[in-house]
Amino acid sequence: MKKGRVWKYGDNVNTDVIFPGKHTYSILEPEEMARHALEDLDPGFAQKVKPGDVIVAGRNFGCGSSREQAATCLKYAGVQAVVAKSFARIFFRNAINQGLPVLQSEEAVDSIEDGGEIEIDFKRGSIKTARGDFSFPPFPESVRGILEAGGLISYTKKKLEKNKERRY
Amino acid sequence: MGKTFSEKILGLKAQKDVQAGEVVTVSPDYILSHDNSAAIIKEFRKLGVKDVKSPQKLVIILDHVVPAASEKHALNHKTIREFVSAQKIQNFFDIPSGICHQVFSENGFALPGKLILGADSHTTSYGAFGAFAAGIGRSEVATLWATDEIWLRVPETIKIDIKGELPSGVYAKDVILKIIGEEGADRANYKAVEFTGETVKKFSLASRLVLANMAAEMGAKNGYFEPDEKTLLWLKGRAKDKFKAISSDPDARYEAVLDYNISSWEPQVACPHTVDNVKPVSKAEGKEFHQAVIGTCTNGRFEDLEIAAGILKGKKVHPKVRVLIIPASRQEYLLALKKGILEILVEAGCVILNAGCGPCLGAHQGILAPGEVALSTANRNFLGRMGSRDAQIYLASPATVAASSLEGKITDPRKFL
Repeated sequence: MKKGRVWKYGDNVNTDVIFPGKHTYSILEPEEMARHALEDLDPGFAQKVKPGDVIVAGRNFGCGSSREQAATCLKYAGVQAVVAKSFARIFFRNAINQGLPVLQSEEAVDSIEDGGEIEIDFKRGSIKTARGDFSFPPFPESVRGILEAGGLISYTKKKLEKNKERRY
Repeated sequence: MGKTFSEKILGLKAQKDVQAGEVVTVSPDYILSHDNSAAIIKEFRKLGVKDVKSPQKLVIILDHVVPAASEKHALNHKTIREFVSAQKIQNFFDIPSGICHQVFSENGFALPGKLILGADSHTTSYGAFGAFAAGIGRSEVATLWATDEIWLRVPETIKIDIKGELPSGVYAKDVILKIIGEEGADRANYKAVEFTGETVKKFSLASRLVLANMAAEMGAKNGYFEPDEKTLLWLKGRAKDKFKAISSDPDARYEAVLDYNISSWEPQVACPHTVDNVKPVSKAEGKEFHQAVIGTCTNGRFEDLEIAAGILKGKKVHPKVRVLIIPASRQEYLLALKKGILEILVEAGCVILNAGCGPCLGAHQGILAPGEVALSTANRNFLGRMGSRDAQIYLASPATVAASSLEGKITDPRKFL
């Protein structure tokens, strides 16, 4: 459980403004992706974001392209979680697969301003802001497994290794 | 209670009776990736697996930045070619081929009743042929290459029933833009969209592709058209595998049924910076622009180029406008070439680019400078997408883009028809 500063944005934050298309095939390292996080939405963000900060947004966060870098760049920029009113489908999957928690809570989003402080308890499934406590449904076990492993690739790697051991 | 197409196909794949909302583990028929295969290969190697589990399912098509625009892009392409050769991947299409969604379709991978997953959000396109096709991310594709397995949530379905005769100057693109404008960019988030009705039955496969492609812009997981005689005719001689069409039951349960009658609609324009910011052309007319794009996976087919040529024939594009023509594939390029369409476009002052994604995602071939405005037949107009974040993108049909290119400002195409 960690407190984080809130970066608040509106509805329909798309993957192009999270991670511009011009970088999609020229930047392959996650640390470099992080330096371009939210480049076309909030150009100062990448310089100012601190580990543990939280992005709070409106409806349909992450709509548009399937580019997974949109999740990768936020994770490597130190973003602890994204709290939104709703998420676009592919971004939602990508975020979990990158080990970036994505939480849906309309009330929590409405209760907090940009620059405010937020505290997330993943075990209890609660979000604490200056205006109260809000709950979100805990992740199903499979999703928790992927998040705890730090993403789908390390989760799958462990699973494949386990299967191999079992076979021999 | 009957079942929708999506419930049926995912149930068939999971070998159990399923309903919307359930999560199933399935193995797809085909897995698409493009230039992002380089990044996927990198993730795949982290898995500690030597070989792709089912290499015959992979379809890799280079299209996003072709030919390579920089050393980095060139290195990506090289990595992909080496991987394709080492893994003996048969279904590889190098840079002459065209945009992945057109090439995938033309080569008969997009088939009725198939489950197709792709590392591209517009994978929804193959629903035009009655496939279940959805976009996924890179980590998932890498995992699929290794395990041939993925979890999917069975989506609820929204049925969009479209009736009425298309008015002159109104095309599939106008229909889908208007619907997205009415319904909003997240109306179909996580859901399947089934397109039905007399209007779409009359649509060519090229026009159905426009709707299925842009279902992604409503947030849809997949789009769907029931295969008919036209579909079968189109697939004749192309289909890569045998297939069996799957249709929704007449008493299937839909999350919503949206009825549209298009007979009095006019041409539509999506204004900056969201695809659902749609206005009739009469409300956007007069807006000056600098670059026109006729192409992309939405509107770069022969049918689109022919419409544009019909308007531009014997005329010259406005001197202040750069008009880029990008055929969706080499096949469509060749057809347009043989039919004299490209000649008309070149005579009119257009630039013909090679088949590929072109400037749509802002990587090369026509990047916008600050303050510039583009009018494009693409599917997205997000801030900064085609270059500068101080540029603007408007979206419209090939007819509207062609007519506007003559005037140098957004123009109602009906006065040229």
